[in-house]
Amino acid sequence: MDKVFTRPNSLRDAETHYCAGCGHGIVHRLVAEVIDEMGLRERTIGIAPVGCAVLAYDYWNFDVTEAAHGRTPAVATGIKRVLPDRLVFTYQGDGDLAAIGTAETVHAANRGEDISIIFVNNGVYGMTGGQMAPTTLLEQKTATTPTGRDLKRDGAPLKISEMLAVLDGAVYIERTSVHSPAGVNKTKKAIERSFQTQMDKKGFSMVEIISPCPTYWGLTPRESLKWIEERIFKTYPLGVIKGK
Amino acid sequence: MKRDRILMCGNEACGEGAVIAGCRFYAGYPITPQNELTAYMAKRMLELGGTFIQAESELAAINMVFGASVAGARAMTSSSSPGISLKQEGISYIAGCGLPAVIVNVMRGGPGLGNIAPSQADYFQATRGGGHGDYRTIVLAPASVQEVVELTRDAFGLADEYRMPVMVLSDGMLGQMMEPVDLVAANKAEVGKRSVEKPWALTGCKDREPNMIRSLLLKSGALEDWNNELQARYKTIEEKEVRYEALHEDESDLIIIGYGTCGRIAKSCVERARDEGLSVGMIRPITLWPFPKDIVRKAAEKAKAILVVEMSSGQMIEDVQLAIGERCKIEFYGRPGGAVPEEDVIFEKIRTLVSG
Ligand SMILES: Cc1ncc(C[n+]2csc(CCOP(=O)(O)OP(=O)(O)O)c2C)c(N)n1
Repeated sequence: MDKVFTRPNSLRDAETHYCAGCGHGIVHRLVAEVIDEMGLRERTIGIAPVGCAVLAYDYWNFDVTEAAHGRTPAVATGIKRVLPDRLVFTYQGDGDLAAIGTAETVHAANRGEDISIIFVNNGVYGMTGGQMAPTTLLEQKTATTPTGRDLKRDGAPLKISEMLAVLDGAVYIERTSVHSPAGVNKTKKAIERSFQTQMDKKGFSMVEIISPCPTYWGLTPRESLKWIEERIFKTYPLGVIKGK
Repeated sequence: MKRDRILMCGNEACGEGAVIAGCRFYAGYPITPQNELTAYMAKRMLELGGTFIQAESELAAINMVFGASVAGARAMTSSSSPGISLKQEGISYIAGCGLPAVIVNVMRGGPGLGNIAPSQADYFQATRGGGHGDYRTIVLAPASVQEVVELTRDAFGLADEYRMPVMVLSDGMLGQMMEPVDLVAANKAEVGKRSVEKPWALTGCKDREPNMIRSLLLKSGALEDWNNELQARYKTIEEKEVRYEALHEDESDLIIIGYGTCGRIAKSCVERARDEGLSVGMIRPITLWPFPKDIVRKAAEKAKAILVVEMSSGQMIEDVQLAIGERCKIEFYGRPGGAVPEEDVIFEKIRTLVSG
């Protein structure tokens, strides 16, 4: 009998620490599948963020380093400049990428660094207990917005992908979602395009992936998928933002 | 005829020391009084096919160096005091991840924005780790432009050998000052150029198991084990890597202790005092960590007094106190506002102390 489904070589045989219904595990797997299919496992260096995905190096089966919270694109820049023919990607949450690391993100994009960013937008700070993230929706309740995010007090959800799209150095930016099988397939294609953009030395690219966090949204995994469709897409519509 | 000696300022000399050591990666952010170094590296990296990045901040610069080091390169960043404060996060991660890196601090007056004059007010920050956590950085303090070249060169060898951050602690005076430098001689020494295998570097896992670099150690006991390993490394460094310059330190009533620019002034004071028949010696620590405590302790056994001279309100004096305990009296002379002590003033102080 033909084997039709198996664990990618780029993924270790390990149990992840993620909560039920969390999107991180799906995205880890997609990254691993793309790397396998592109035959890049032995030429890949990944950078894990500070956030729920900090232990990504325990799950991926290729070279991975840690970076200080938000400094991820600066670390990627250093690695890529030393090893320009390797696949260098960061994997970051919304706090890491769009709050503490905003400057590093903007300037890596503006320099047109040949790196890929896998940006997992779950709308909260997962690791520290569900506080407001730059991407938290208006009226969304979190540990630090107990009555909901307020426009006047907390500002509006940050659209970092749209912000980066105006920079000349950023050549490909797409927002996808892992809330459905079709979304997962599209996300995989986007990751592949980002990695290919990098290997072709075309410049900076990023895939923003809307990803569920049932634990800190206070929803069941199934309700979380509905919340993504009904609420998140209104603020964060899917599609290619740069590089159509 | 090939000229062996050329005129350079300390900041440029620092860059050339790095080049001699094989450094081909530099990231930095402008700040006075170290701007000549950033500009020099911009030019030299271009000539040598290395990487120069003007980063968006010191935070980014130190993390680019982190990345370059992860990939196995000899990498350096530099700044002056306020920028070094920003780099502390990265230095702590470099120490925690066991990575080699060279950081140059051309010190200026503080706290806060302070001023842009020469200072030694970052001694505590440099020798006590500076960032969070239980770690050390080797701290090298040059006192001449030639020594800037040599110590920067050696910093890379030490960083690679012990897999840790090494800081070159210069100041605005040394950075700006021009002196003849013998690059041919600097090129001959081995320490900085010694190349070290880096099987731990992340280069892609071809023909080996994947490598991993991290400082997060959650498993019970893992962090304690790692910290104990670091401490063992630090102990070896304290035994093997202490450097200092000493003059008449074992036969004098008064010993002057100063490093960097102050060590240089101390040396001319000692020469003058000896000419006048005064019993004065000196010790100039070259490694501030590891501090040359044994020689300081020995000198204190014979001396009646020790005079510590610093361009601060007194920071290294605490290491002198720790080294000698109650063995002899300690005097202090410091200029904390970005001013350089005058030789005549120190010399008068010496006269009073020796005759008094
Ligand atoms: C300098 C610093 N500040 C704060 C923290 C605490 N911290 C760890 S993860 C995190 C936010 C993580 O949120 P996000 O990046 O959105 O990733 P997620 O956990 O949701 O995947 C924070 C604030 C830290 N580790 N370092």
